[in-house]
Amino acid sequence: MHMADALLSPAVGGTFWAGSIGAIAYASRKLRENLDDRLIPLMGVLGAFIFAGQMINFTIPGTGSSGHIGGGMLLAVLLGPYAAFIVIASVLTIQALFFADGGLLALGANIWNMGIYPAFIAYPLIYKAIVKKNASNKVITIASVLSVVIGLQLGALSVVLETKLSGITELPFGTFLLLMQPIHLAIGLIEGFVTAGIVIYVRSLRPDIVDDLEGVKALSTGGSLKKVIIVLGILAVLTGGVFSWFASTYPDGLEWSIEKIYGKSGVPERQNPISGTLTEIQKKIALLPDYSLPATGKEEEKPSWPAVDTITSLSGILGGIMVLVVVVIFGIGMRVLRKKMRKT
Amino acid sequence: MTFDSEYFNIGYLDSLSYKDTFVHRLDPRVKLLVSFVFILFVVSFPKYDISGLIPFFIYPVFLLTAGDIPLRVIAKKVLVVSPFALFIGIFNPLFDTNVLLTLYGISITGGWISFMSIMVKFTLTVSTALLLIAATSFLGLCEALERLKLPKVFVIQLLFLYRYLFVLLEETFRMLRARDARSFGKKGRDIKTFIRLISVLLVRTVERAERIYQAMLSRGFRGEIKVLRRHSLRFQDFLFALFSVSIFYIFRHYNIVNILGETLGRTLR
Repeated sequence: MHMADALLSPAVGGTFWAGSIGAIAYASRKLRENLDDRLIPLMGVLGAFIFAGQMINFTIPGTGSSGHIGGGMLLAVLLGPYAAFIVIASVLTIQALFFADGGLLALGANIWNMGIYPAFIAYPLIYKAIVKKNASNKVITIASVLSVVIGLQLGALSVVLETKLSGITELPFGTFLLLMQPIHLAIGLIEGFVTAGIVIYVRSLRPDIVDDLEGVKALSTGGSLKKVIIVLGILAVLTGGVFSWFASTYPDGLEWSIEKIYGKSGVPERQNPISGTLTEIQKKIALLPDYSLPATGKEEEKPSWPAVDTITSLSGILGGIMVLVVVVIFGIGMRVLRKKMRKT
Repeated sequence: MTFDSEYFNIGYLDSLSYKDTFVHRLDPRVKLLVSFVFILFVVSFPKYDISGLIPFFIYPVFLLTAGDIPLRVIAKKVLVVSPFALFIGIFNPLFDTNVLLTLYGISITGGWISFMSIMVKFTLTVSTALLLIAATSFLGLCEALERLKLPKVFVIQLLFLYRYLFVLLEETFRMLRARDARSFGKKGRDIKTFIRLISVLLVRTVERAERIYQAMLSRGFRGEIKVLRRHSLRFQDFLFALFSVSIFYIFRHYNIVNILGETLGRTLR
């Protein structure tokens, strides 16, 4: 599930960008340290494979709808965590650019959600822990279903947290979770079985692809993985702290919402050091935590544009139309100009 | 979306990026950074703000027109792409039912306004991302990433992926055509066939990687790949960056729409 720019606040988007860039830098350094040259073309072509493979649809049993593979865990099984993470990040980057899947700001969050969890948590802690050399088909199936499901659950949880932290959606936290987690449980089960099927079938066709690459992987699955996770965690917290500090020095600029989350989880309102506008928004949100809908039309004063009296809102609409007209005229003007320039 | 149209779309966006206009000639680094700053400004608006966002349409419109990119292609992709924002945003009207504004007896709730705001932000950010790739070649973007000090392993990975993307898509296309030619209706689309199909594709891919590696070795590859640098920062790059960012700043801090609307309202009265 791709996160979208429009659902993110700059601080949350920026934090996850910092975290993902840090992870890319770390994985790259790890790969460089003892890079098997064979890996360079293999990673590149496997990235293209994931891309192409996602365009093959299959019918999901029992539902009749069609789905495609995500491929994160498959990459981790084939390439090991570091190389797999880089490949996932590259696939997501190209998707963000060519399909606008998510967007540029959300790319950091997407790389985090769909790269970190399968490559650095689910694969080493679950898959590798279960699957040993010459594992039976059953063991591979169990391991891949488990690791894919957990990776996807973490990813979905992460999407929910990012969206809530950004404070754009009105969905209550619990409802949002109930929407996201079961869907991704179903997706995870299917993806897990498909991943297992591919690993088993490829192993029967060319065992060396699954087993032999272990040689390449071995050098990249060192014991320092725990360290990586800790470093990444600290990095995320630190950047989050820095960003929110930066944001709070701009009370009217960057809208930021850690305070809002506190507001929801019950910290008394007066303790929040935020400006009047935010307090207004916060009041609205504070009405929602236990799924109850606030009564209609009870709010007194509203932030930003939708001012209550009709005169100013009318002028807002008038102004909006004017600006749009100016933009359109500008666009047409540019086109005409271009055509003229081409003729001469 | 069918396979062919997806394939065609990537190729088409790629072909657009070889045009030669003012926007295409700008240094990719500048375009990338200015677009990123643009997106940051757009998403920094509070959730009930629509009017402040409207002036920002000037930037995608500029890229579109100055870059001589057909509007239809971009508009179609924006409409089709990523239902996620819509899916999450549509809950706002359900949960936020405070009436913020009444116009001639029609009450508009906060939920609808924040939903509209999400959709405007969505259109702005998605169209800018698409226009960025349409106005900059992918190789140019990779060059920019390398010069912005992103890890080389990652940049080379992107270059490799892109280079073989079309090859593998065509291979997949052939396999799908073969599958469709052998099956009727919904047959051949079950998971079992899918697993075999994609496994064969995977084996072929790995074998291709082995051949590519042999070819690289025989051409003198020693583990070092150089990324071509074709662009350099020029005066117009600085001018473009300075001009755009100051315009974004002005749009962010002065609500042009309200100022214009009030002036207009006053003169009409």
